This record gives sequence, C-alpha cells and structure tokens, in this order.
Amino acid sequence: MSLYITSAVIIRNQTVRKNGSVAFQSSETNVHLFLRAIYDYLEVSYTRFHKMDALNKLGWAAAEFLLQEIESGFVDKESAGIVLANKSSSLDTDERFLESTKSVASPALFVYTLPNIVLGEICIRHGLKGENTFFVTPNFDITFMHDYTEQLFESEAVNACIIGWAEQYHEQYEAAFYLVQKSSMGLQEPFTIKALEKLYE
Amino acid sequence: MNNNMDNLMAELKAQIIEQLNLQEVQPGDIDNDQPLFREGLGLDSIDALELIVLLQQHYNIKLSNPADGPEVFYSVRSLAEFITAEREKAG
Amino acid sequence: MSSGVWIAGGGVISGIGMNLSECITAFEKMQPGMQEMKYLESIHRKTYPVAEVKAGNDLLASIAAESIYWSRTALLSKIAAKEAWQNSGLSEISAYKVGFVSASTVGGMDRTEYFMEEYLHDNSRGRLRNAIYHDCGSITDLVAESLGIEDFISTISTACSSGANALMYASRLIQSKMLDVVIAGGADSLTRFTLNGFNALMILDQEPCKPFDENRKGLNLGEGAAYLVLVSDRLAEKLQPWCRLSGFANANDAFHQTASSPEGIGNFMAMKRALEKAGIKPEDIDYINLHGTGTANNDSSEAQAILNLFGNTPPPLSSTKSFTGHTLAASGALEAVFSAYAIKEGIIFPNAHFATPMSNFAISPVTSFLKGKNLEHVMSNSFGFGGNCSSLIFSKDY
Repeated sequence: MSLYITSAVIIRNQTVRKNGSVAFQSSETNVHLFLRAIYDYLEVSYTRFHKMDALNKLGWAAAEFLLQEIESGFVDKESAGIVLANKSSSLDTDERFLESTKSVASPALFVYTLPNIVLGEICIRHGLKGENTFFVTPNFDITFMHDYTEQLFESEAVNACIIGWAEQYHEQYEAAFYLVQKSSMGLQEPFTIKALEKLYE
Repeated sequence: MNNNMDNLMAELKAQIIEQLNLQEVQPGDIDNDQPLFREGLGLDSIDALELIVLLQQHYNIKLSNPADGPEVFYSVRSLAEFITAEREKAG
Repeated sequence: MSSGVWIAGGGVISGIGMNLSECITAFEKMQPGMQEMKYLESIHRKTYPVAEVKAGNDLLASIAAESIYWSRTALLSKIAAKEAWQNSGLSEISAYKVGFVSASTVGGMDRTEYFMEEYLHDNSRGRLRNAIYHDCGSITDLVAESLGIEDFISTISTACSSGANALMYASRLIQSKMLDVVIAGGADSLTRFTLNGFNALMILDQEPCKPFDENRKGLNLGEGAAYLVLVSDRLAEKLQPWCRLSGFANANDAFHQTASSPEGIGNFMAMKRALEKAGIKPEDIDYINLHGTGTANNDSSEAQAILNLFGNTPPPLSSTKSFTGHTLAASGALEAVFSAYAIKEGIIFPNAHFATPMSNFAISPVTSFLKGKNLEHVMSNSFGFGGNCSSLIFSKDY
C-alpha cells in the first residue's frame, strides 16, 4: 500500500514549522502566552481554546496548522484517526488539579487529567471520528509510530490518520504532527521512517 | 436594594469570565437576562459544574443537586437572585 | 487469509473476587462489591460506596510475591496477569515470544499520594521510593520485568476504554505476526485523585449504582486488574482456547471531553465497525456486556446507540459494573475477561439493582445469573472520556 505524508507540523522553541519551513514565530517564552499568540495569529474564533490546558492548546494549534489548506482533501472524516504519544501524560494538569482539591476540586481541570483528551479536542474541532489511540512512551519513537500507522492502514481501520507527538510539562513543550493519507497531495512525501525523521529534525 | 442587586450582577459577570476562562468576553457583553447556556455564551455541562464551584468559593453556597443548575444558572439575574435568597436564609 | 486471534486464558482481580472463579461466584450469588471505603483514606469515606479489592497492600504483596513498596496498581496488575498466564495452558513465559500491553490511567499515583502527603507537610520529607512509579509506563515495565517479559512492552492511556484498546492493539500485534502471545489488559487502583475528580463532576452515586435504571444517579468507582492471554492460530492449535477475538473497533464521538453525544454516535460507530470486522450481523450477537456506568448521560447514549443498531429487540445485555464498580482503565479488560469466559461457560451475568426501565428506551437488562446458554458471539462495550469509544466481539467458532 502506498501511503504519503501530506502535511507536517513541528512546534518547539517558540516556532511553528510547517512542511519544513517556518510558519509562525513568537518571542513569548511562556508556554500559555506563546500558544495564545498562535491562536491570535490564526484569527479563528474558537472560544473552547481558552478553556483548554496547555497540552490541549498545543495539540489544537498543531492540528490547525496541519490541516490548513488540506482539510477539504479528506475523503471521509468518519474514518480519519489520530494516534499520538508523549512522555509526561497529563502530569502538568494533574498537579494543578491536585492543588485545586485543597479548596474546591475543579471539574474543568479534572477533565484534562487524561492524556487522550487532546485527541478528543482535535476530533471535536475537525469532526474526525476514526480510531484514536494515545501511547505513553519515554521518547518519540518514530519507528514504532511508523509501523503502528502502517498496520492501521493495512487493517483498514483508518483511511487517513494524524500521527505524532504532543508533549508538555510546565514550560517544556514539543509537538510533531504528521498527516498520513493514501493519495499523494500536499507535501507529497512518501511515508517512510526516514522522511518522518527528516521532518522532525 | 436595586443598587445591591446591580452590584452583585456586575461582580458575578467578572467572576464568571474569570472562572470559566471566557477570555474574549467583556463584562459589558453579558446581558443581565441573557441565557448563559446554549445560545448566548455557549456554556456546557463542565461550565455548569464550575459555576457550582464559583458559588462555593465566593459565596459559600453549596448547590448539592446539579438538577437545580438550569434554573439557578439561567441568567446572571437568576443567579444573583438565588444568591440573595440564600443569604437571606442564612442571615 | 486474516490470521486468527485466540483467547487462551484470562485472569482478574476486582472488588468481587481475588481471582476469576471468585468473581463468577459473586455474580452467581448476586453479591456486588460496593462497600464503605476500607483501604483508601478519604474524606468521602462515609459518602460514596466503592468496590475496593478486599485486601490491604501487605496481603496483595504476599500474593504477588513482591515488595510492599510496590504501587497497589502494580500489585493488582501482576496478580491478574499471572492468573491469566497460569490458566492459558502455556508453559514458561521464556519459551515464547511474548508481549505485554497494559492500560492504566492512574499508574502509581496511589503511592505518589503518600509521598505528597509527607512532602507537602515538610519538603525535606517524603520517601522518594513512593514517587518513582508515578508514570503509567513504569507500572507496565515493573510488572513485565517481574513476569520475565522482554520482547514487547507497551502502555495505553485512553481513559475508560484503555483496557479494550490494549486488547485491540494486542490483537494487531498477533495478526501482523510480530508476536505469538500477548498478555493484554489493564489495571487501576483507587486513588483520592480519581475520587475527588469524579466527585467534582458530580457523577458519583451515594448508593450502589443502578446501570440502565430510570432512577440511576451515577457511578461507583472500583479498582482491579484483568488480562487476557491472546495467542496466534499456530499456538491455539495446541491449546483449548476459550474463544476468538473476532472483531474490534474504536471511534471518536467528537462531541465533548467527558459527556457522550445524546445519540451515542461514537458508541454506534464502534459497535457497527466491530460487527463488520467480525463479519457478522447485529442479530448474531447473543449477549452485550454494556459499558453501563450508571450515569444519566452515559446510559441513555448507549441505550440509544444500541436501539439504533439492533432495532427494538436487542440481545440480552447487562452491566457488570453494577458488581465491580467502574474500574476505569481496567474496566474494558475486566469486562473482556467476563465476556470471553461467558462464551466458554455459556453464562450471562446479571445487572444488579435494576428495578425500573428507562422511560425513553425500551431496554431491560438481564437481572439474574443465567447458565446453560449457547453463546456464539458476545459484544463488550467500553466508552471513555475524550470521546474514545471501543467495542470488542468474542466468538466461539473453532
């Protein structure tokens, strides 16, 4: 089966890179302010964004850039899946929730104390209804992610898939999102471990 | 009395914006009688729970039955009236 | 030809029993596991009943033959995984290429809470050995190492459908011939963190939960661990497998972080796709083990999705959470073990505390333990926060 990386977004060091080139840069070093700067830059009205924790804002922002221009190319959003991984799970929000329990436990924080909520937020935003999985791994294992994705397509579980890494803990953050599809469009990069690695650099 | 009510409603608007992270909303955007849920501010079930937290934190009022939520949280005015009534009960 | 995935055995520890046979006896005797909290220290002790595993960490450690400093989650995990292996009919773990795929949402948080208590009081205090297993992944690694599994280890964390997703993933590892055997399932222990969180969401029942009942008030939390041993065709030939994992699917409800869509769109899609994958029709299903948490929202969405898919005469169904409580990441695994065992033994589990059907849906769960049934296909549903919906199908065909 031929698969293609049709879009790729890397967010780290106050910079968003799309398909290899810089798409947005900011001087904001604070993670929340940086993500807010991305939101303002995108000029979309999506008030849910402000309620999200930093991990979800990061995933939301990466998906916005990833699907820009190409979203109309989805044949069937109901079979578009998402597979993400990170190492800190939802620890940042877990800590903040724990803090809130000293006075009144916050329901709005509790809902973000699971790492897979970021998958849900992206699905809600873009109407994706395919298979979702979230792995907790010590680092971004590109080979594993590549092989797992290939299996998903081979078993016909998805016909398009967002894959990648969404990590955030306190002021550290990094997102690496790829859109994998069956037809060559957008970035038109064959889906190989080498290509994933090169885009991640 | 009316003045008290107006002050309470103004205070509530600021607290709602803060508690629910409504960063693109100004207190002036919220009408006293506008429905808070669905149309209007577009709040959801988690926001309703956060309003219960708000009542507890700022007014020391416990709303133990979430089924009372829709009536109490219908608008800023209904919320202010509920708080006033609870204060009188406690008073 | 698509390779088959067989269930060679399973193990479980939960609020209704320390092993599978004790759990089955509890269903037969109609003894749900909810009681006043005994092992978890919480200000909610008198308010919310929970289905705790009826043993302290010292007893669990001695059953697991591990240190009492292990996280409760890890102790439960090892006990259930070991039972699953022991009744699979396989010889030593070292004789095969084995994988371990485990789901968890709290990981070693039970121990982190002990640590934080001391640490917050005085930051020069707190035993670090209480915090080192905080990550979900470190629990999987710890148990895998103790069982002697080295070939493949993975941790899945997708809320309340994690256990089911671990089984889906394990099934693919066997189908792609990467591994011959995978022990897959999940484990979660009760923590104050989850109790406070579900309390903040106001979806805990102060009485034993009543899934699918008109007067349901919410869920009860539980704890436990469960694993199935999945094997390839090649190994299954030499064993007496319980049944086959014939279908599975996962879909996103794309509606809300925690609430299900009223129509149960994600639930419907997961069930429908699982049927397609198994190559069977809705009427072929002989029993559905419901997600059935007992919250107003969850149960009505699931009921609506079932009526939409199965028409007005759905198969016999029940929620075993009315016995075990909601064991979060372990729940999909617990219910998979019960579902697979139901096929092997021809049994259907009761739904406790059901009295009044929901006014909007003509669905009544099974309320007594049924024996002597011939079950060809059983469906197990697990729907989680984040809109993560999974459905598994177990089939008898040899």
